Amino acid sequence: MHGVLPGVDGFMYPNEVELQWSVLIVLYPYLTGLVAGAFILASLERVFDVHVVKPTYRLALLTALAFLIVAPLPLQLHLGHPERSLQMYLTPHRESAMAMFGFVYLWYLMGVLVIEIWLDYRRDIVRWWKESRGWQRALYATLALGVDNVGPRALRIDDRVARAVTIIGIPSAFLLHGYVGFIFGSVKANPWWSTPLMPVVFLFSAMVSGIALVLLLFMATSWMRRRAIDMPCLDTIAKYLFYAFLVAFALELLDLVHRIYEADESFLALDFMVQTRLYFSQVVLQIMFGTVFPIALLALTQLWSFGERTRRWLYATAASAALIGILAMRWNVVIGGQLFSKSFLGYTTYKMEFAAAEGLLPAILVMLLPFAVLAVLLIVLPPWEDEPAAPSA
Amino acid sequence: MKRERSDWAHLIRLGGLLVLGLVAFVFIRPLFIPEGFGVYGHYRAGAILDGRDHPLEYAGRADCEMCHSDVVDLQEERQSSHRRLSCEGCHGPLAAHAAAPDDVRPVLPDITPACVTCHEKSAGRPPLVPQVEVRDHSGGEACSSCHVAHTPGMF
Amino acid sequence: MDVPRRQFLVESGRWLMLTGVAACAYEAMLAGQPVDAEYEMSDHWWGMLIDVDKCIGCGLCVKACKEENNVPDSPYYFNTWVERYRVQLADREHPLVDSPNGGADGFPALEESDDERVFFVPKLCNHCIDSPCTQVCPVGATFRSPDGVVLVDEKYCIGCRYCIQACPYGCRYLDPRTHTAKKCTLCYHRIVKGLTTACCEVCPTGARQLFDLKNPGDPIHAYLREHPVQVLKPQLATGSKLYYANLDGTVR
Ligand code: HEC
Ligand code: HEC
Ligand code: HEC
Ligand code: HEC
Repeated sequence: MHGVLPGVDGFMYPNEVELQWSVLIVLYPYLTGLVAGAFILASLERVFDVHVVKPTYRLALLTALAFLIVAPLPLQLHLGHPERSLQMYLTPHRESAMAMFGFVYLWYLMGVLVIEIWLDYRRDIVRWWKESRGWQRALYATLALGVDNVGPRALRIDDRVARAVTIIGIPSAFLLHGYVGFIFGSVKANPWWSTPLMPVVFLFSAMVSGIALVLLLFMATSWMRRRAIDMPCLDTIAKYLFYAFLVAFALELLDLVHRIYEADESFLALDFMVQTRLYFSQVVLQIMFGTVFPIALLALTQLWSFGERTRRWLYATAASAALIGILAMRWNVVIGGQLFSKSFLGYTTYKMEFAAAEGLLPAILVMLLPFAVLAVLLIVLPPWEDEPAAPSA
Repeated sequence: MKRERSDWAHLIRLGGLLVLGLVAFVFIRPLFIPEGFGVYGHYRAGAILDGRDHPLEYAGRADCEMCHSDVVDLQEERQSSHRRLSCEGCHGPLAAHAAAPDDVRPVLPDITPACVTCHEKSAGRPPLVPQVEVRDHSGGEACSSCHVAHTPGMF
Repeated sequence: MDVPRRQFLVESGRWLMLTGVAACAYEAMLAGQPVDAEYEMSDHWWGMLIDVDKCIGCGLCVKACKEENNVPDSPYYFNTWVERYRVQLADREHPLVDSPNGGADGFPALEESDDERVFFVPKLCNHCIDSPCTQVCPVGATFRSPDGVVLVDEKYCIGCRYCIQACPYGCRYLDPRTHTAKKCTLCYHRIVKGLTTACCEVCPTGARQLFDLKNPGDPIHAYLREHPVQVLKPQLATGSKLYYANLDGTVR
């Protein structure tokens, strides 16, 4: 055919040829998903009294905070006019899913996560305040808001309040990430996105990725601190990972079966896309390597008993595969949703640059940043229960 | 256990901070809302004016007719089949010329490619326009060697 | 007792109305509201009619639009473009469509064939009444004006591109020069002056007709009484005001 544009097969509306949402927008739901998942894992301990996972409680909260702080960054970098982004708070458009997300985000950050962490750490913060000197003393005094009352009555109140905050926090975490799903799921113009299942699928995949991340971080931090890994804790987290995975996979299958059986006007185009341009990232990475493989590994550990070393390896492998699989899933949603024409007559190609404003390099940096933030948080607010000494920053 | 006021002090401070932030937001926000926002709907009313501000490129046929009545008269007289075409379709945007005819002298168009885009025979082209197989028809010559653009009929 | 109360109500009602009117006027002044004596937004409701059977695919509309609206000169950005459909009689589900450079330079000539039907479809913003693009804008930088034209506020757009994703018709793009969303304005700067759009101006066959549904003298009323028209993707219920006559069902 004549005048075909590079990278285009068949027919695209001309304005569709260039992709609008880049790899940075892939990271945004990935990061918020990790936040929501980590938080939900943390709430298990407090709300459902699953005490075996206590060693990961604080680590999970700090992980959630570190990733939440970075989550808006890829959005910000992606904007055509980043300097205007505060308009989302000044004149939020009530009908817009994206505008409301700004408030959900702020609520979750300030109303839930920060408060819960603060309440949980208050006793330690006050202790560090009293034990340290110089700027550290000032830092912890500020963090404690200048109140050093950690008497049993005050702590009891804290515990009550924190529990209440967690109970509000669970639906808030659901809201946070379900909302990200809604941003995509509510675009009626795009059949690859537009499904009411999207928020739910996002939520469960978020739980999978968040639990997998905390599991890996827990193993890594134990190893770095040369502590024996708390195996009952690890086993329990792995079990939750397995269950969350089963639900997530079932939901994704439901979506898939529904699409195949209904086979609406968009089906042939989308099916072809999955068979060709998305084959590697969707079928190989997301489904085979990122879902079936880790579920199989986890199922093994549930069915047979292995030695500790083997279990650790199996868990670590499964969790890593899960993290890659969920990243692939975000990619397939965001990028896949823009590869086909809304005329269902053609496909374009995503050309990712490397050192450009929305290229691979900034994406990698954005992905590393939360770990740096987490490292700082771990130094300022050491979560280890077995190390009561003041942090030596 | 008896609760005392001091046991709540830290929570009161925290709550105070949050409320302070909220109040600050509520008070600062209006200062940054642009003028005219929300008059007609959730947008800047001034944006409508901005939309009207754009300069014209195409003056429109009625404008050309005011000064170039010779062309129009000729077309009417000969009942030219091009008499309802837009002048600027062939001549290109000439609003600047229409506004200041002495300052902006239009370049006369090299029209053959334009004649071809309208008259080349092609499947799917409705018979509203007479169509020719250009290669056979003109033998590679410029259309203007046999046709006059304003009155293309053969008289 | 009764009379004074009634009087009070009437009186206060009057005051309320007066202050309301005054407040509106004042607000309008503040807003720098168009106090255009000749153009009253509430008297217009714009849209466009496209007669597919009349389009010859010359591409003058695409060129004129690019000139008039300062659209980036590139094969990726169009406020309006023209598609050529080739519908195979034996396989209507899979039409062959092309739009080289948006049709701006016309289309390569095509041999007649007995097995297919060929026709041209001009596309542009549908200026939807319930537009998905204005719905998703997080800051209120794109909107439908009171006279029915969907516009972008270039000074307020943050460049998030959600509106581009939300448009089912592919009518929006990010202007690489301003980094804001851009689209067809229905030549808003022209129609408020009583001119027609640039694309309609240059169309040699009248395949495109700007219309104003609130103008009783507009021939669109007679046309709509006598001809069936349809919109693109009606299942999406966008309230499109881009009416197509003689549109083939395969067009999407
Ligand atoms: C205000 C009056 C005015 C308007 C309106 C106007 N023109 Fe002209 N035009 C002139 C004058 C005067 C000349 C110069 C004639 C000359 O020098 O022979 C001219 C010259 C031209 C020429 C060049 C003739 C040549 O021999 O080089 C063209 C082509 C032309 N006009 C086209 C147009 C078109 C198309 C429009 C409508 C957009 C238009 N004009 C509107 C006054 C006008
Ligand atoms: C089909 C294309 C076409 C259209 C439509 C057209 N012109 Fe022209 N016009 C030409 C061409 C080609 C020339 C150059 C003629 C030549 O070189 O002899 C020309 C020349 C002219 C000239 C220069 C002197 C002359 O008369 O030859 C003027 C003035 C002019 N056009 C005005 C107009 C106006 C006014 C209109 C609209 C009423 C109009 N044209 C519509 C193609 C067109
Ligand atoms: C914008 C499109 C367009 C362009 C450009 C154009 N024409 Fe035409 N032409 C038409 C249309 C439309 C008709 C038929 C109008 C009708 O029949 O009502 C026509 C009719 C004709 C006819 C038939 C005349 C007759 O009376 O039978 C000839 C010959 C012709 N054009 C030649 C030309 C030449 C030569 C040029 C280049 C200078 C040209 N056209 C440029 C649109 C165009
Ligand atoms: C050698 C002289 C010559 C040249 C060059 C020429 N034509 Fe013609 N054209 C004619 C004659 C003679 C007729 C009228 C006889 C006819 O209908 O075939 C005509 C008729 C037409 C018609 C009307 C056909 C119809 O069916 O009514 C069109 C359209 C046309 N020419 C377009 C063009 C275009 C476009 C070009 C430039 C690519 C062009 N001509 C170049 C001589 C020429």
